[in-house]
Amino acid sequence: MISSRFQVMMIAMLLAMTGLFVAWYKVVYLGVPVTPHDKRSVFTVTAEVDLEGTGAPASVSLRLPSTQPGMKILEREGEAGEFGMTTALMDDGELLHWTKRSFDAKSKLFYKIRVTPEPLYEPQDSQALWDTTPAYDDTQFWDASEQAAAAGILNYAREHSADAISLAAQLIDMFNTEMPTDAVKELQAKKNETTASLVMALLAREKITFRKVRGIMLEDGQKKRRAVTLLEVKGADESGYFSFKTGQITLPENFFVWSLGNRAMMTTKGIAKARLRFSVSEAKVAASMLSKREMLKQGNDFLNFSLYALPSSQQNAFKQLLLIPIGALVVVIFRILIGIRTMGTFMPVLFALAFIQTTLISGLAMFFVIVSSGLIVRSYLSRLQLLLVARISAVIIVVISIMSVMSIVSFKLGIDEVLKITFFPMIILSWTIERMSILWEESGAREALTQVGGSLVVAIAAFFAMDNDFVRHLTFTFPELQLLVLAMVILVGRYTGYRITELVRFAPLAGR
Amino acid sequence: MKFVTFGALRRKGIVGMNYRNVELIGRYNPRSHYPLVDNKLMTKELATASGVPVTELYATIERQSQLRNLHDILAPFESFVVKPDYGSGGKGIVVITHREGDTFIKASGDALSLNDLRKHISNILSGLYSLGGRYDTAIIEKVVAFDPMFADYSFEGVPDIRIIVYRGYPVMAMMRCPTRESDGKANLHQGAVGVGLSLKDGSALSAVIHDRPVTHHPDTHHDFAKLKVPQWEAVLTMAASCYEMTGLGYLGADIVFDKNDGALMLELNARPGLAIQIANGRGLRERLETVDRQKQPRSAAERVLYSMNYIE
Repeated sequence: MISSRFQVMMIAMLLAMTGLFVAWYKVVYLGVPVTPHDKRSVFTVTAEVDLEGTGAPASVSLRLPSTQPGMKILEREGEAGEFGMTTALMDDGELLHWTKRSFDAKSKLFYKIRVTPEPLYEPQDSQALWDTTPAYDDTQFWDASEQAAAAGILNYAREHSADAISLAAQLIDMFNTEMPTDAVKELQAKKNETTASLVMALLAREKITFRKVRGIMLEDGQKKRRAVTLLEVKGADESGYFSFKTGQITLPENFFVWSLGNRAMMTTKGIAKARLRFSVSEAKVAASMLSKREMLKQGNDFLNFSLYALPSSQQNAFKQLLLIPIGALVVVIFRILIGIRTMGTFMPVLFALAFIQTTLISGLAMFFVIVSSGLIVRSYLSRLQLLLVARISAVIIVVISIMSVMSIVSFKLGIDEVLKITFFPMIILSWTIERMSILWEESGAREALTQVGGSLVVAIAAFFAMDNDFVRHLTFTFPELQLLVLAMVILVGRYTGYRITELVRFAPLAGR
Repeated sequence: MKFVTFGALRRKGIVGMNYRNVELIGRYNPRSHYPLVDNKLMTKELATASGVPVTELYATIERQSQLRNLHDILAPFESFVVKPDYGSGGKGIVVITHREGDTFIKASGDALSLNDLRKHISNILSGLYSLGGRYDTAIIEKVVAFDPMFADYSFEGVPDIRIIVYRGYPVMAMMRCPTRESDGKANLHQGAVGVGLSLKDGSALSAVIHDRPVTHHPDTHHDFAKLKVPQWEAVLTMAASCYEMTGLGYLGADIVFDKNDGALMLELNARPGLAIQIANGRGLRERLETVDRQKQPRSAAERVLYSMNYIE
């Protein structure tokens, strides 16, 4: 037989771990923000195409970015102007077509995409296509001496490398050194060839699989930049990234890949001049807004289950409701761990809920006014020797009258806050008055004030715990944390140690 | 205000509220047995059946309509006590020591009319004094005749003896003496004196008012050192036999002395408080552990002998 204490521990551990795990998963993998004011960067990357027409039917095709690890695409939007705009899904990604029957003017076309960096984001349909077509068949363009030079360079590089990746590194190094070999110089002297095209031609000769990675650094204020072209070389089980200027690099974290593969980013027909440029602007957006919208749009099954999926009126009800366990936890702590006596077990939570609606100061003021005038009325009623139920009912009616009078008077005086008092649960107030006066009669003013004071102290503590943006955010966005609260309540429920107030109560005993 | 550390309380073996609630009440007092002690009529019946002496029951009033006949119901009795069946902590108890026609004189000397008494009983029936406010029954029973033996240690009220019985063994005892401050009531938190009693012979060990040690009664000025409860073994046996009677492993038995009838069981409590530790200047923990080590079954009388001799 497992002892009940052990069972309690196990259940509490299990609950706490489940709650924390789900919350952790949401934070780390779904990017749900932990704090309500957590700001996240959203970059707007705009591809801008400047066009000059020829009068013939015009078409512009732009390759579009696909999902990629570490970058979440929030929105895409194209602007076509007078052009028609369609997108086509090809086997190497999406293609955007802008088309027009006749075009002879200058024009600008835009395609905007909004992304946010998310380090651990892993898209399901990541494009991993490798373009293996021998794109650089140089044999017909290069003469014999150039071919010999190329063979020499490759021989050297092959000897001084271990695999495809290090060979590519070696090649780029040879082209970028301050004192290139004669063979390199000969190739560099060729017209219309750049380091990039030469390196790729050599890699193609060597039958090494590579692809261009074109994209842009996500930095605020980039205007009209050309796409950065990097080289990705496929190794045995991983690939290496290269910059044609600096050799092997790691892909920068804020590098947004626009297109993968060796085909051109943009192709045109019937266009005299076309120029593709990129701009980047950064905006800081409250993370909670971001993820809320994301959750709903993405249709993530897990998050579809969240409270954000409810209509907003129900959401607001739940926002209140989910705070109650926090208040209950405060009561548990104050009663069991500290040992403050309160009037009724959860009366303080109800007080706190009322204070949230009225604000603390005006709520407390109302409480004092209504309870003290209620006590006076009730002491008179007790002289009338009414039966219990009738007496409480009478107190309720009197409390409502006091509240009405206060509301009218304060409205005339222009104090709006008092109007909110109508939310103050009058039944609770009436019961407080009734119980307090009974306690007063039987156990004296001291006991009655101790208990009411204790209730107010706990209510104020619960108010601060509940009326707190961070707590509101956590309870609503991470309802699974209720399990953690439950675990804490269960654990405190088995606490058999001393209460803090007992350190005073039993002091004369232990001191002797 | 004086503070001590958790360690100091633990070393003294003091039982705290949380320990009491979880390890004593939660563990040894099954909820289904509570009505036996919460309901005073039931306790009375049970005690009578087990041969434990209790105060004599005069009448019960269950319905408001019976109040019309209150005069007839009370007619045979010169003195009596009115209490709520489900009351706790002495709430709603009125003691009438004598009457002049339909004017009833309380222990304090205040006079009540028949109508006042009727209102009071009506409140009892409404559940004003009962646990949780449920409808209640009013009990009318014989007044405990003040035993002059304890007159020196009491102001206006009757002192009672509280014995904590743990798993059938009496583990701690105290006498609660009313004072002027407590308004003749035997409630410690209202200012009655708590006098710790030796389990061995029922003699006073120490006394406190509001948790502060005293040596003399504040109103009668008598020295508590001379206090000694008579028939101690019988008193303890009465308390100990409540264990079989109720099946409660942690209970408080309240016993009073009547001038004519001797020791009577007044009421039982399934959630006895911890102030008894302060009155005794001792923690309960060690005594509970001593009882936990007793494995062989013992009769009430044997348990009392064990407690008198070995629990200190």
